[in-house]
Order: sequence, then structure tokens, then C-alpha cells
Amino acid sequence: MSKLIRMDHTGHSTVAEWTFKDPAAVEAAVQSFRAELERGYLAMVSTGPGHAEQVRELPVDADLVILRLPISGG
Amino acid sequence: MGAHAQPLDVLPETEAVHWRPRVDATRLRRVGSLWTLTTVAHVVPFVGAAALLMVLQPLALPVAIACLAHAWVIPELYAQRGANVLRPRGRAADEPERRSVGLLGDLVGHDARELHARTGLVLEPGRLGPWIVGEAGAVLLHGRRLRKVFCYCIKVDARAIAATGGAQPLPSGDRIAHLLLALRADEQGFATVANLTFAGARWRLRRRMPATARRAVDAALCGLDNASRVAS
Repeated sequence: MSKLIRMDHTGHSTVAEWTFKDPAAVEAAVQSFRAELERGYLAMVSTGPGHAEQVRELPVDADLVILRLPISGG
Repeated sequence: MGAHAQPLDVLPETEAVHWRPRVDATRLRRVGSLWTLTTVAHVVPFVGAAALLMVLQPLALPVAIACLAHAWVIPELYAQRGANVLRPRGRAADEPERRSVGLLGDLVGHDARELHARTGLVLEPGRLGPWIVGEAGAVLLHGRRLRKVFCYCIKVDARAIAATGGAQPLPSGDRIAHLLLALRADEQGFATVANLTFAGARWRLRRRMPATARRAVDAALCGLDNASRVAS
């Protein structure tokens, strides 16, 4: 089961869950993903120890996609 | 349907600071030298003035002492500013804190998890050197034997939180996870976006750090020693 989660004030919220075998769940996850990006979130996937990538489209084969907010110098 | 990931190598946040040169090892050396020169420029005139006063008029001892105090305080204030980037911020409620730390724990290895439990900080290896990541900033240890430190103030953009409808602050684990993911995606971009608050010798920063943060520095040095041992 793959997960799309958003880091927020609750710790994190699960936005969508999907499996490859369920096209409807994948489509719903893609729609949720795009909606979150429109709200200003950035999507990240881990690509091995110490590495992460930002993605603009939902990588449906990823186990975990994390939505984060932009950062700036304090 | 978006079936394929489109990797982005550069942090999008760098667009907001397009005028800044991208940070790399050469730039770090240059910036480090500039900070050393600045420190010397602060210290030498006050020490010189104190010495001159004593030569010209020994009765001016109080003024000479004041000059020496300035020569000591100004670099200490800069180092304190650097150490402040690792200070813990306010805590959220217990449940969000627990959930956020759980997510952060999933992102890091066992050693980093253990260090976070002890210090509230995460040690993350990078190409420029090991990073100590806190809730509102990060410290890069750089150079031979990691003797130089670069302290960066960087955090989740408050305007972004407001724009997404969030009014409550993020829990501590999420604040660190935001920085960690950005650092892992584009280390140089991360250092470019962040505001440099201090660069200088590690010992100067270490003195101003709380004991918990000093443990994180020790862990970075321990990692360096282990790496040297493996290499030899």
C-alpha cells in the first residue's frame, strides 16, 4: 500500500492511499496530489539513504510520498 | 494520470533568492575567510587601542579593559547567534509531537534516531560535510577535521503555512523533517536559501552551544573518526 502524506500541525495526515492494482485509488491519489501541489505544497520521495527528490507528478510506484511546505531563510 | 516521477534537482525555493550565488565548497572557503577577516577587523582595533592606551597613559586602565571586553564580546555575540539556530522552539501538543517524531524516525537511520532522542537534533551526512539539523536551522561542519562551522537559519516559510490555511505551528519533528528533505534533495540549494548567521572555528561555536547540541557535534566528529579508521 502506497501512501501520500502531508506534514501539518497534526504531525502528519494521510492524504491518499493506493495500490497498483486499484486504478480508481491511483486516480484519486493523483487528483489529491495535484490539489495539494496547487495549495502550495511540494512533494518529496526518498531515493535511498540520505537522498530525496522533489517530484511534480505522483510517482505511483513509490511507497511513500511526503508533502512539505516551502522553506526560507529565517 | 501522472505515472512517472519528474525529478527536480534544484530546490524551487532558490528562485526566491536568485541573486545569491549557489553555495559550493569554493564559496564556503571564501565566505569562511571573509568571516575570519571580519572577526580580526573587530578584535585587532580594540586590542590595539587597549595596548596603546596602556603605553600612553597607564591610568587609562579602565578604558583599556573596556576595549578588551569589546574585543572579546563581539566575536562571542556572533558565535552565540550561530549557536541559536539549533535552539529548540516551542512544542506542540503531545500527540502531534509524537506523530511528527515518528515520521522523522522513519526518514533517518537508527543512529540518527537515537541522537535525536537525546538531543532533539538530527545528524545528516552531506557532500559539503555533516549537517546538524534543528527545528529552525542547521549547522554545517566543513573543512579539514571539520574545524569550520557554518550556521544557517532556515525554517518552514510562515507565509506558506498561512497560505495553506494552517494557523497552528508545526510540531518539532515536522519542522526538522521539512529541512531534512530539502537538504537531501539539494544540499547546495539548501545552503543557498538559508541565511548564514555565523561562520568560524568549531571551538568558538561549541562554547556557546547548549550541552545537547554539543553532543551532536561530538557525534559528527565520532563519525569522522570512524570514517578515518575505515579508510586507514
